[in-house]
Amino acid sequence: MQLKLIASAAMAIAASTASVWANAGEEVNIYSYRQAYLLEPLLEAFTEETGIETNVVFARSGLAERLEREGQNSPADLVMTVDISRINELVERGLTQPLQNDVLEQNIPAHLRHPDGKWFALTTRGRMIYASVDRVEEGEISTYEDLADPKWEGRICTRSGKHPYNIALFSSMIAHHGEQEAEQWLAGLKNNLARKPQGGDRDQIKAIAEGVCDVSLGNSYYYGNMLEDENQREAAEAVRIVFPNADDRGTHINISGIALTNSAPNQENAIRLMEFLSQEKAQQIYAEANTEYPANPNVQPSGLVASWGEMHADSLPLQTIADNREAAVKMVDRVDYDN
Amino acid sequence: MSQQPTISADQPHHQPLLARRTSKRWLLSAILTTAIVALPILSVIYLAFFPDENIWPHLVDTTLPRYLTTTFKLMLGVTAITLTIGIITAWVITMCNFPGRRFFEWAMLLPFAVPAYVIAYVYTSLLDYAGPVQIALREVFGWTSAQDYWFPEIRSLGGATLMIGLVLYPYVYLLARAAFLEQSPSLFAVSRSLGHSALSTFFRVVLPIARPALAVGLSLVLMETLNDFGTVDFFAVQTLTAGLFDTWMNLGNLGGAAQIATTMLTFVVILVTLERYSRRRQAQFAARDNRTPITRFNLSRSKQLLCLLACLMPVFLGFVIPALTLANFAYEYFAESWNTTFIRNTVNSLFLSGTAALTTLIIGVALAYSRRLHNTKGMQVLMRLSSLGYAMPGAVLAVGVIIPLAGFDNWLDSIMRSTFGISTGLLLSGTTFALVFAYTVRFLAVSAGSVESALQKVTPSMDMASRSLGHSPSGTLIKIHLPMLRGTLLTAALVVFVDCMKELPATLILRPFNFETLATYVYQFASDERLAHSALPALIIVIAGIIPIILMSRSIGNTRSVA
Repeated sequence: MQLKLIASAAMAIAASTASVWANAGEEVNIYSYRQAYLLEPLLEAFTEETGIETNVVFARSGLAERLEREGQNSPADLVMTVDISRINELVERGLTQPLQNDVLEQNIPAHLRHPDGKWFALTTRGRMIYASVDRVEEGEISTYEDLADPKWEGRICTRSGKHPYNIALFSSMIAHHGEQEAEQWLAGLKNNLARKPQGGDRDQIKAIAEGVCDVSLGNSYYYGNMLEDENQREAAEAVRIVFPNADDRGTHINISGIALTNSAPNQENAIRLMEFLSQEKAQQIYAEANTEYPANPNVQPSGLVASWGEMHADSLPLQTIADNREAAVKMVDRVDYDN
Repeated sequence: MSQQPTISADQPHHQPLLARRTSKRWLLSAILTTAIVALPILSVIYLAFFPDENIWPHLVDTTLPRYLTTTFKLMLGVTAITLTIGIITAWVITMCNFPGRRFFEWAMLLPFAVPAYVIAYVYTSLLDYAGPVQIALREVFGWTSAQDYWFPEIRSLGGATLMIGLVLYPYVYLLARAAFLEQSPSLFAVSRSLGHSALSTFFRVVLPIARPALAVGLSLVLMETLNDFGTVDFFAVQTLTAGLFDTWMNLGNLGGAAQIATTMLTFVVILVTLERYSRRRQAQFAARDNRTPITRFNLSRSKQLLCLLACLMPVFLGFVIPALTLANFAYEYFAESWNTTFIRNTVNSLFLSGTAALTTLIIGVALAYSRRLHNTKGMQVLMRLSSLGYAMPGAVLAVGVIIPLAGFDNWLDSIMRSTFGISTGLLLSGTTFALVFAYTVRFLAVSAGSVESALQKVTPSMDMASRSLGHSPSGTLIKIHLPMLRGTLLTAALVVFVDCMKELPATLILRPFNFETLATYVYQFASDERLAHSALPALIIVIAGIIPIILMSRSIGNTRSVA
């Protein structure tokens, strides 16, 4: 009886796995650190144009490990992710393969892709300062360095210092000022916090609207998306967007990107999708639907994003930011930023 | 059933007798099963030997003390909440007459159907500055900004403790109630006749007898608290699990993260061992007495009201409020949510959870019974090891699952390539099998633990009688034990089912392409602060949990007659 039960359970499992294998035809498989619903409009447009089906697994963690262990038999063709350090990690573990491709090289500027084509950026986003319209004068805060000024004591909100977007910003501070000075700056910023770091970038803008603090840090598209969401518009209108360091080195930027995996069983289709995502149609969807900055210089940011003024991006190589990640994480622990 | 309430007698040496004529088949299959189930856990321990860098000096110098104290406070708070709610409600429902008692018998379990991450999102949306509660307060009192008044911060250690406690207390309630129902009323009567008050009897007789069951319930609660990441992350509470994810994701040091996970496991093992050690000289057989009906206390009106409130509060906070909030969102966004994707996701969830519950139950019974036959040190260690999946954060366990599965797939593939020239590719990785396997490893503690504690209460003379009448060990299991344990088995399977419906982190990582369960579907929106868009699937997770809960409670209530 026990054996029978086990046997029937095994059959049920086998039946369910069989349906997965039966899936053949023209397709491309993606491991994504971004939610599937964000990719949906882009992938739908791709399938419509090429007839190639797209398959996605989304998770916040563990996909690199899955890819690594699956090895040469991995079904994944592409990894899509945000944050330069995450992409760099894939490269360092040898999970991506180099790609020489004219279309991609033409569409994506050299500083937004790996020198050997082991990853390509699809969009960029600036890490902005948001200031209360009511309580902060125009021009009163204009650089990341200003955030450590004691005049802001008890007036700044940020998300966790361990979040990849903050870590990348702190890495860039290490690159520009050296580790010691960057740590002093971070300690100064921590000292100015109005509350323990929590929530996401949107929550910090809401906190300004609520009067909890006057200044916050956040990626550009969160602000744009809040302005376009009728439930969150009021909070977003309580703040003014500031492009930090516009007059000197420029605003710190990060990327969302794509990489071709080592195994890539559907390599041709995968490259077609990469090309498609770098071209105008997809780049416009990125710009309009998620208010990000297109990586392709021939595509303009959305009208809303353009209305904030032109972004002068920090020219610090993204690789340097990835290289400083570990130092930045440890620095956050040392100044006890999240407590 | 024989009446011989031998409470806390010294353990009789019956085990060799049971095992004497047992075929080796049980032992071998138990060892094999445990080994397979333990593979993911062993994989994580293995990873711990290969860190990219020794993280401990840095952790000890900086955040470790805080991680530890926060974790300790969280576990202490959750223990206090779950024990208080679970024991008090189980006791008054079993022993007192008050209006609504029969309803609360099963309604107390309702919060169990609400995933911790969902209750966290719901309460945040209700209680934060822009939520309806604070808006109403501001309107009433004329406040204009957050600086004008004080309001408790839901995103805090206290908030996380409350949220986790509210959805986990049913574990304690469930096991406490089953234990109280099984206790012979004559014990209570004897204690009273010897001059103890009801309260003193409760603490000196009732609770000590229920202790093994309470320990199982509480250890499930604490393991789930320890491995929770969603809630603590959302509330910015820095537990050891937060440190683990930081080491893994930000420092890219998987080995270091595995070391933290292994440390957490060690911690759990020590806790469980201590609890067992402290009652090592107790054994309870046949304390069960289903014939003497329980005589419930008749209380004064005010005390009845008190009982009613004590039961109502946890259900109201842990179930009614979240369910109503979700129902409200689901109604608003119904047209958007009700589509073929939603139906497919529901089918996926039900099918996966059902398969996993069945598998977990079968393996749990096999292991617990093997241990009854061969209660050796080796078997005990194996059992403990295979139950550790519950104490590990889901995402880490998922990596532990990938390692042996992908390893097996690639090994088979290379053999097939070299001998037959065909590639089998990945047979198991990235299929629903991987998910069922992960769920089994994760929730085996639930089924094996409850089956084991129920089996312990069956007097060995049952086995002896059956065996001496010519039944094999398997025959004894099927003809004697399984029918007697019907209630326990059903309960265990249903708890696993509900747990699988809610499981998120391992499902995210291990699932096949384009495969969504209700939980993963809810998460991708809720994690983007768009809970309203996924309220319908969230509500279905909750409702799917209710049906087993009603069945579960019936099966427990039916175990004894009540006057």
